[in-house]
Amino acid sequence: MNNVAFNITRMRASYGNKEVLKGITITILPNSVTALIGPSGCGKSTFIRSLNRINDLIPSFRISGDILYRQKDIYDQETDVVELRRRIGMVFQKPNPFPKSIYENIAYGLRIHGFTIKETLDEIVEASLKKAALWDEVKDNLKQNALTLSGGQQQRLCIARTLATQPEALLFDEPCSALDPISTAKIEELIHHLKKSYTIIIVTHNMQQAARVSDYSGFFLLGELVEFGKTQDMFTAPKDKRTEDYITGRFG
Amino acid sequence: MFRKNKFQKLKEDLIEKLLFLFSLVSIFVTVGIVAVLSFETFAFFKEVSLLEFFTDTQWTPLFVRKHFGILPLLCGTLLTTLIAMLIAFPAGLISAAYLSEYASEKARGIIKPIMEILAAVPTVVYGYFALLFVTPLLKKCIPGMSGFNSLSSGLVMGIMIIPLISSLSEDAFHAVPMGLREAGYALGSSRLQVSLRIVLPAAFSGVCAACVLAISRAVGETMIVAIAAGQQPRLTFNPLVPIETITAYIVQVSLGDTPHGSLEYRTIFACGMFLFVMTYFLNIVSYKLRKHFQQVYE
Ligand SMILES: Nc1ncnc2c1ncn2[C@@H]1O[C@H](COP(=O)(O)OP(=O)(O)O)[C@@H](O)[C@H]1O
Ligand SMILES: [Mg+2]
Repeated sequence: MNNVAFNITRMRASYGNKEVLKGITITILPNSVTALIGPSGCGKSTFIRSLNRINDLIPSFRISGDILYRQKDIYDQETDVVELRRRIGMVFQKPNPFPKSIYENIAYGLRIHGFTIKETLDEIVEASLKKAALWDEVKDNLKQNALTLSGGQQQRLCIARTLATQPEALLFDEPCSALDPISTAKIEELIHHLKKSYTIIIVTHNMQQAARVSDYSGFFLLGELVEFGKTQDMFTAPKDKRTEDYITGRFG
Repeated sequence: MFRKNKFQKLKEDLIEKLLFLFSLVSIFVTVGIVAVLSFETFAFFKEVSLLEFFTDTQWTPLFVRKHFGILPLLCGTLLTTLIAMLIAFPAGLISAAYLSEYASEKARGIIKPIMEILAAVPTVVYGYFALLFVTPLLKKCIPGMSGFNSLSSGLVMGIMIIPLISSLSEDAFHAVPMGLREAGYALGSSRLQVSLRIVLPAAFSGVCAACVLAISRAVGETMIVAIAAGQQPRLTFNPLVPIETITAYIVQVSLGDTPHGSLEYRTIFACGMFLFVMTYFLNIVSYKLRKHFQQVYE
């Protein structure tokens, strides 16, 4: 059990009295990519947003079950949410760079965690942009406002910004749904590289993308995890009829 | 059939014209005010030079030895405005940040109506509050203070303006996309860091617009200063002595028995024009800032 990133048992979540996750049990291994697929509204975002407690911002949100990261209960009263979120980074569906310069976007996370020495900041900014495969495109314009970048560049900037604070796990919630195919390909390639050093969970409703980037896949339907296993197995020989129907495009 | 239609069309045309006429009324009134102001101001400056108006350090149009230097009045206006903004800006901003980033639905439901009440109090009440409550209170701590002074009127004016800054800044905060906050929290920011380092800078031009509008409001505020700040035009930044603002001077002359058409009487139009240009300019700046803010998040 030591080599497990997330260990989740009977996770139930609701907004007000509308239950949207109905008992999810899943184990996520480190240094792997896990793709979560399923039709829209089935609770994928709710699930992934529970893992770094970003859903705490929604007043009506309620959650129960055993939700462990590295053997520690994420929802324990003692949990330091700030530290948790630093260790579990997140990239959102819509690129959301701050309306600041490219440099400041990445330095932000470092500054709030107490980094002040300019050389260190410069170094980490450069390293993060390189890891996110954006350095070559922006290295001469670090002072430029991030909002002037293209959508694909903005999303890679958001990835770089997340990497800068040195997380262990990365959560991606449909990171490519607002991007063109070329940007999408770049980000998929990036995820492939990042796998070596990070535990990655990616929500996507693009099945080809799931098949391309992931080692494990989970199929969500109406708040339940219908099937979970090796991506190869799931896409070639799904065990559940509903998974098969979804993958072959018979519904959803 | 045919006739009825024609009649209906006539009716609709008539209604449209009527509505148009009513909307013209406000335009005519505005044009009329500017015209009267300009006319009287022009007449005033035929007798008093612009140079004197802007450089003389005394304002004594009602005395035997007449001086027409706007500076003392301007100084009074700026002083009360400054004191008001020193109160209203931080308090308004903090309350906006609290309401937008911290408060629960329940807390907001209690505080917002209180703010609205604060904004609905007639300014004459604020004026007497300054004169009869705040000044005596301050006098206990500051013995040398006069009964009329800019400090208590400025303070009370600041309190009056808090809701304006608060609600306009809160609107600006609300317009900041939720995604930016989420990004901030996801990087491990505390609530305070999200408020100060992400939401506030993102809403900066909106907050500036709110402030400029508040300054314009303070510059034009009349009742409080007419009641509690005194009637002594004085070129000073001492907040403890009686002063006079531009607006208070206009009230003083309007209520007095200065004969119509005289030079003394015309001073109020010159002052009014000056005030009008100042607040107009401030409002334009505020409008431009708001426009700029809206463009960022289209
Ligand atoms: N903030 C919210 N308040 C209330 N209901 C929500 C909220 N966010 C999502 N939901 C509901 O929860 C369900 C699951 O949504 P979500 O997790 O976003 O699904 P997915 O990401 O798979 O499309 C949907 O029915 C959605 O309407
Ligand atoms: Mg979603």
